[in-house]
Amino acid sequence: MPLESPFHPRTSRICTSHSWKDWAGFLAVCRYGCSLDSEYFAIRESAALIDVTPLFKYDISGPQAETLLSRMTVRDVKKMKVGRVAYTCWCDDRGMVVDDGTVSRLDENTYRLTAADPTHHWLTRLAARYKVEIVDVTEKIAALAVQGPTSRNVLESCLDHDLSGLKFFQTMPAKIGQVDVWVSRTGYTGDLGYEVWVAADQAVQIWDAIFNAGRAHGIQPTGLDALDISRIEAGFILQGIDYFNCLRTQIESRKTTPFEIGLGWLVDLDRDPFIGQEALRKAADASKRQLVGIEVNWEDLEALYDSVDQPPQLPAQASRSSIPVYRERRQVGRVSSHTWSPLLKKSIGLATLEKDFCQPGQTVEVEHTVEFERRTVAAKVVKMPFFDPERKRKP
Amino acid sequence: MANQYDAIVIGAGHNGLCCAAYLAKAGQKVLVLERRHIVGGVTTTEEIYPGFKYSSCSYVSSLLRPWIIRDLDLPKHGYEILPLESTFTPFPDGRYLLRDADAEKTRRAVSAFSQRDAETYPQFGQAMSELGRMVKPIIDAPTPLPTSINPKDLLQTLRLGRHITGQGADWMTGLLKLGTASAVDLLSEWFESDYLIGPMSVSGIIGTHLGVRSPGTAYVLLHHYMGEIDGSYRAWGLPKGGTGAIALAIARSAESFGATVKTAAPVSRVLVKNGRATGVVLENGDQFDARIVVSGADPQRTFLGFVGKEHLESDFVDQIERFKMRGSSGKVNLALDRLPDFACLPGDGPHLRGDITIAPGVAYLERAYDDSKYGRYSRQPFMDVVIPSLSDPTVAPPGKHVMSIFVQYAPYHIAEGPENWPQQKEAFGDTVIDTLSEYIPNLKDIILHRYVLTPWDLEQEYGLTEGNIFHGELSLEQLGFLRPAAGWARYRTPLKDLWLCGSGAHPGGGIMGSPGALCAKAILEERSL
Repeated sequence: MPLESPFHPRTSRICTSHSWKDWAGFLAVCRYGCSLDSEYFAIRESAALIDVTPLFKYDISGPQAETLLSRMTVRDVKKMKVGRVAYTCWCDDRGMVVDDGTVSRLDENTYRLTAADPTHHWLTRLAARYKVEIVDVTEKIAALAVQGPTSRNVLESCLDHDLSGLKFFQTMPAKIGQVDVWVSRTGYTGDLGYEVWVAADQAVQIWDAIFNAGRAHGIQPTGLDALDISRIEAGFILQGIDYFNCLRTQIESRKTTPFEIGLGWLVDLDRDPFIGQEALRKAADASKRQLVGIEVNWEDLEALYDSVDQPPQLPAQASRSSIPVYRERRQVGRVSSHTWSPLLKKSIGLATLEKDFCQPGQTVEVEHTVEFERRTVAAKVVKMPFFDPERKRKP
Repeated sequence: MANQYDAIVIGAGHNGLCCAAYLAKAGQKVLVLERRHIVGGVTTTEEIYPGFKYSSCSYVSSLLRPWIIRDLDLPKHGYEILPLESTFTPFPDGRYLLRDADAEKTRRAVSAFSQRDAETYPQFGQAMSELGRMVKPIIDAPTPLPTSINPKDLLQTLRLGRHITGQGADWMTGLLKLGTASAVDLLSEWFESDYLIGPMSVSGIIGTHLGVRSPGTAYVLLHHYMGEIDGSYRAWGLPKGGTGAIALAIARSAESFGATVKTAAPVSRVLVKNGRATGVVLENGDQFDARIVVSGADPQRTFLGFVGKEHLESDFVDQIERFKMRGSSGKVNLALDRLPDFACLPGDGPHLRGDITIAPGVAYLERAYDDSKYGRYSRQPFMDVVIPSLSDPTVAPPGKHVMSIFVQYAPYHIAEGPENWPQQKEAFGDTVIDTLSEYIPNLKDIILHRYVLTPWDLEQEYGLTEGNIFHGELSLEQLGFLRPAAGWARYRTPLKDLWLCGSGAHPGGGIMGSPGALCAKAILEERSL
């Protein structure tokens, strides 16, 4: 039975659609009302308030916290200054990705790690003989994402700090009223946005404060369905959908290196040893597939529907069902997440393709079921992210 | 030869800009000349009161053709459409009807008035979408010319005939009815409740000088149902940054292809030499020469104003003079200190985020029309209201709002003569506010600023002859191969090298872009480019 998030007293009251799902053992809202569009557009046009508490969270402290994290993840955590947040992933000895998440350096010797899967065991096993303390704060810390172009105005009108000094991928302690919080300029939407981290027993106060401050800035409680559309537009992958935790799958072909899922840029090979380093040195040039963005040809789609005398119909929400991708009738990969982008007016997806077909501009065919029949439509490989507004990283 | 262009487009309305973008995309050296200080024409966002951005004239969109959005890569240039998902109709008796994206909720809401209507409502929607899909080939291509014996035209007419008859006899009947029936007649075949027929019938009169019971209004209703957003018909949306943002996006796209857009450059006349348009002269005397001139202005302003009767055959001049302009609507834009409170549904809620229609019944609308028949603005007008700042906070300061009120009827030809509109303007604004206050008791307390536009203002300030928002009424005798005149419905005009690309050309008004884009295509085809 899923747990209630610390924000449940608020979210349950306004979730009139009763549309919930289980996210990592927590009850999470898919959408609050009947309209997905209004929640999606809050992310892109005003401010969305998203409960992201279910992320797994670990506080790692002690003189060797830095060593532990540098050894575990593919990035060199030692380079991080206090107040920095880094997106990273970690691998097994074979260089296969376990999970991805963020590392925040809260002070000299304290870090916070977020992950999609439970990671306590992985951390403690690696931490043997290190002087570190690892605390699972998943249920102790509540997290609230405030995402969208007006998110800064929302937070500045309830925080004791202005946010002009908080750069993209930085974090800082602050107060909302009497409540201590951490604010980081991070998110899963690819837009200007922040995440607020607070002790679970003060979560409701923070929700109220941000929600009330947000009224003047068009704030809208937003569920995971809208988040899913925005993260695809931003080209963000999702563990368990676009790739798999190598420790949790028995199927060899599902295991991937960072290079195969677009995370090669995170891998810092020339440094102290870290897990998977040797394997990754070899894997760097050897990957046979890649994660790319694809864009479906609209005219083709329209013609397909026209052939059965129907207007084009697209699912109203993002889909995570895998779809085969072909080139001259031979399957060359799969689309793992796809959506109609209401902003870009395009049907887009994240796909893993054989390396030969990954150049931007390459054309492929994507399966599309129309009137219960499996057909294909043309699509082309494009550069990601699909959407990358200047405001996201602007000072 | 700095002042020499391949094409000059008069007017930076959305159609002029579309035309310019397509021409520039094909490699033509294009100059767009706009009379006002900003682009957009009536597709415009104006900050008349500091901090508040009014979509002064046009206020919602859906008709902009998806292929134009793709061809011109408009999302890249700032084109963003936010959904307008509900229709809220308050009634004077304290009841209200809220129709939104939740089909079951809408069914229950309509049931409160008529269970029968509640169940036919989705079927009507489906039928209208089908019709929308059927007429799509008509609005996405130059008009068929049923009187032409040119083989290419015959083929097009035949194809279209087959396309329509192929849908079955019922559809044929449906289409004929649409062409001739009144909006109320059409709706009465589906619904029984005045609470539904009234508000739904107004789509049939927007921008026309006709009543909801006047024959022909069923077509205008369809014209408003043709809107297509992301392949979904009948969907309406709010452009981020106001409707002006649409024009800006098209202008940026045109400029990215190399077109030049000049504002504050009012054209005074089209230069005619040896029966050809050869350029334009601005009001300040500057002259620009071009191989062709394209007018985005309405047919009367173009032919009777910029060109002059003396360059045109008299029977053509007759047709243009008879072309019905007669604007019938006005606009009131408000800056609000806080959200309005409806008496029947107080507080904030989804009902404020959609379309709000003041059209409580057929009799109310007919009485509103009666006033206008005799040269008065409606004492109790039909109003279509939106509050765009709720979805798009960029158009008002935090916590404040803008309200757009489309008002009908406000006939151009008032009894005292159109030039007397300025004396009646504020009284007209008061009437609108008074009427709306019956539904929103706190309205007068929250108004920070108001910007009233009468048909006279639409003509004088924005250049719409007689204030007609569609560059000529969308009645059947002014559509298709008759728009704007028989024999001249394919963007070409009797004056050689002069083309018409505005809403006065096929397929007509609305932020659709088709006339502009189709005109450009016709030009490029003729010049084999």
